[in-house]
Amino acid sequence: MGGIPHDHYEPKTSGEKWLDGRLPIIGLLYSTLMAPTPKNLNWMWIWGIVLTFTLAMQIVTGVVLVMHYTPHVDMAFSSVEHIMRNVNGGHMIRYFHMNGASLFFVAVYAHMFRSLFYGSYKAPREVTWIIGMLIFVLMMGTAFMGYVLPWGQMSFHGTAVITGLFGAIPLVGESLQTWLLGAGAVGQSALNRFFSLHYLMPFLISGLVIVHIWAFHTTGNNNPTGVEVRRGSKEEASKDTLPFWPYFVIKDLFALTIILAIFMAIVGFMPNYLGHPDNYIEANALATPAHIVPEWYFLPFYAILRAFDNTVWVVIFAEWISFGIIDAKFFGVLAMFGAIVVMALVPWLDTSSARSGRYRPMFKWWFGVLVLDFIILMWAGAMPAEGIYPIISLIGATYWFAYFLVILPLLGVIEKPMTPPATIEDDFNAHYAAKDDDTQPIVSPAE
Amino acid sequence: MANAEDHQTTRRDFIYYATTGAGAVITGAAVWPLVNSMNPSADVLALASIRVPVESVAPGTQLTVLWQGKPVFIRRRTETEIEAARAVTIEELVDVGAENANIAGEALAVDENRALANFSPSNTDGSVGDPAGTAGEWLVQMGVCTHLGCVPLGDGAGDFGGWFCPCHGSHYDTAGRIRKGPAPRNLYVPVASFVDETTIQLG
Amino acid sequence: MFHKFILTAAVAVVSFLGLVSGSAHAAGSETHIEDFDFSFEGPFGAYDTNQLQRGLQVYTEICSACHGLKFVAFRNLHDEGGPALPEDQMRAYAEFYEIFDETLFEGEGDFRTATPADHFPESGLANAPDLSLMAKARAGFSGPYGSGINQFLKGMGGPEYIATLLSSYVEEPQCALDMETPMDGYYNTAFAAGGYPDECKGDHGEHLYPGSWIGMSPPLYGDDVEFADGHSTEIVDISQDVAAFLMWTAEPKMMARKQAGLTGVIFLTVLSVLLYLTNKRLWAPHKAGGHRKD
Repeated sequence: MGGIPHDHYEPKTSGEKWLDGRLPIIGLLYSTLMAPTPKNLNWMWIWGIVLTFTLAMQIVTGVVLVMHYTPHVDMAFSSVEHIMRNVNGGHMIRYFHMNGASLFFVAVYAHMFRSLFYGSYKAPREVTWIIGMLIFVLMMGTAFMGYVLPWGQMSFHGTAVITGLFGAIPLVGESLQTWLLGAGAVGQSALNRFFSLHYLMPFLISGLVIVHIWAFHTTGNNNPTGVEVRRGSKEEASKDTLPFWPYFVIKDLFALTIILAIFMAIVGFMPNYLGHPDNYIEANALATPAHIVPEWYFLPFYAILRAFDNTVWVVIFAEWISFGIIDAKFFGVLAMFGAIVVMALVPWLDTSSARSGRYRPMFKWWFGVLVLDFIILMWAGAMPAEGIYPIISLIGATYWFAYFLVILPLLGVIEKPMTPPATIEDDFNAHYAAKDDDTQPIVSPAE
Repeated sequence: MANAEDHQTTRRDFIYYATTGAGAVITGAAVWPLVNSMNPSADVLALASIRVPVESVAPGTQLTVLWQGKPVFIRRRTETEIEAARAVTIEELVDVGAENANIAGEALAVDENRALANFSPSNTDGSVGDPAGTAGEWLVQMGVCTHLGCVPLGDGAGDFGGWFCPCHGSHYDTAGRIRKGPAPRNLYVPVASFVDETTIQLG
Repeated sequence: MFHKFILTAAVAVVSFLGLVSGSAHAAGSETHIEDFDFSFEGPFGAYDTNQLQRGLQVYTEICSACHGLKFVAFRNLHDEGGPALPEDQMRAYAEFYEIFDETLFEGEGDFRTATPADHFPESGLANAPDLSLMAKARAGFSGPYGSGINQFLKGMGGPEYIATLLSSYVEEPQCALDMETPMDGYYNTAFAAGGYPDECKGDHGEHLYPGSWIGMSPPLYGDDVEFADGHSTEIVDISQDVAAFLMWTAEPKMMARKQAGLTGVIFLTVLSVLLYLTNKRLWAPHKAGGHRKD
């Protein structure tokens, strides 16, 4: 791996040399673990470890759950109850897995907004960002398919709605939906294939995570200043960095235990708070729940999907210019996927010369509104599609697209960024200079 | 390390060890439930022990029940059968072990070590009363030939008036002990006991 | 840095839990669900064994006529953290039921006396839902404004919903009594999902009276059962007893879960303190005035 100059592993004993000549795995692990890491990383740089841990936790608990689960329409629901009632500790394992999905998305959204604020997507880290977006899309697919497996009412009818999105695609939509479900409606074939893919996709994600880490180890981590680590010499680089182990591992683990303590409290005391009561009713094709809502982590995108009905002029225009091929339903689907696509394209939409939002006086406000927008969309997505809520969704969705497609490109031209510190070392020392460590060890970063 | 650090070495080391130790304990505590989840679940354990009503079993007849996927023979033996079983000496046996899961350790395959203890009612003062029924009349054993796992025929089949396995010709006597043929062991006696006068609990 | 992190995390968690979730259950209903004070609420709450046994009695004598509990096995009645019937009572209770066993009668199946390993029967009536999970399949609380704060503070409200529903059968409002063809079902002020006559709606289609018409006839009137321990048989009390019992059937491992949760929180908090100290020591030389000491 290229990147920041640092010490490399040198096999010493004859055994190590023997292995290194055949499989340089120790060297690889050494380089990964001892990767020079900007020493000014703040607490928003913990989410990568949280995500890695959550992925491992979901895979491990998932493998155990599979040992007791039956992917059959007649038995799926009762096999989940079997896990909850009969399997040793099964209720905890299942609640961990169920709420683990929520932990996953809390962490991934924090991770993504961190990157959006500090410009971690900007050159030369575009590939890291794109791979991250691929992981995000796979995560959403995995979470959706996992939600189908308990075969409750919300599982069943949610599947019908979500696969219906693909049915909205002109010309091929209906056959695509049938292909996805393996039948005209949600049933045994859908359950079985979603089970298979739900098991497969975490391993694809794991592979992409390795590539993601590989990519940012090549470019080096971004940091709150957006200033690159000096690479002139090893000596110079070591003034800006500290090795990942133990400094950042311990710091990240500390943050992880706090997050897990909160997670444990949710699992132990309110495990169903983030779920839907309807999913404790076995799937019934003849009765639809009054209010179908996806899990909370899909709500912002669900709100965007529903924002564009046939009264919005953009939709009317699109329908007219496409001779009716792009109707309101298809437009909504395009908008939902488009919301993710514009985010993926942000490395090329952001024209600013400054990387970190810390030194961009105008950007800060627009970014703050984006975070607020995301939360409002989440809330609007949960509300019924009537009254004022579609309008709120429409405004929210418009801002989302405007942020990426208009505001970011223009800001780069209008805004005059402040000058960041010359080096990471300067930034780090500015925080800790003249502070007697033993009396005042922990201080807030001056952001 | 700077000199200022030296006097704190002990305290620092303690914190490092404590952290490592606590981390290891928590990791272990998190892994154990995952391992334990593969042990038999509550519904499986609930079937590990079943109760069989035996009031309808007359002397000289046999009840076959399915327990944990295998047949179990519950025979109420006649006086003649019991006497025949007791008349056999250890020297005549192929397998001298009792093969009885109710007896810990090694025991000889005398009839008393094969038959099920009769029900002994508890007296009001807490002592155990006299056993009911003819002593040694109940014989409970797995209906699985110890040769290759066929189900032997009962009701006095075979040369010894007990059981006979039609697959390869193993003959068992009235105490279920192998006497002739390829089977290496006596029919296994599972964990069993009377819970009341007319109910046997298997497992 | 640390304080800010904790503060940010706390704000994030609260706003996340508050704003994000629960809003799903914001279906507009004007019904009022009484926030009963159940013994099993809160991190340290536990099932009241006597209440569960009373609830079992109410279920057995009344509910079971139409409803089933197919996910509950008789052996569960003996479980710790549940009704904890003594083993002989649990066995005797099971023998009270006959179940259909497919393996009997040479594969054609036959009825036999239930054993502890068997499950309660399914619902006897097609339109009577199984009650095993009912307390988790209903939410009594929602809002305000889709925020989920009520559910955060009061709980999901499943058992509260059941207890309120059972004690909310009242006389039909005059507008319904005046109708030529009476409404199907029974008027219940806590039931939002049933039929509602136009005659009882206001000028803008709003409901003038809470609740709606439910298919289930009033199951409890008060004094429907007699408890061996002489406990109150007022309708509001037995409604809570059976609601608590149904919470147990829906979440039989709640006690074990809370204990595991508490242990986990304590262990992780201890570990986080140790990691905090470790982290502080580790970084100390690098944070002192920018002069690296090693």
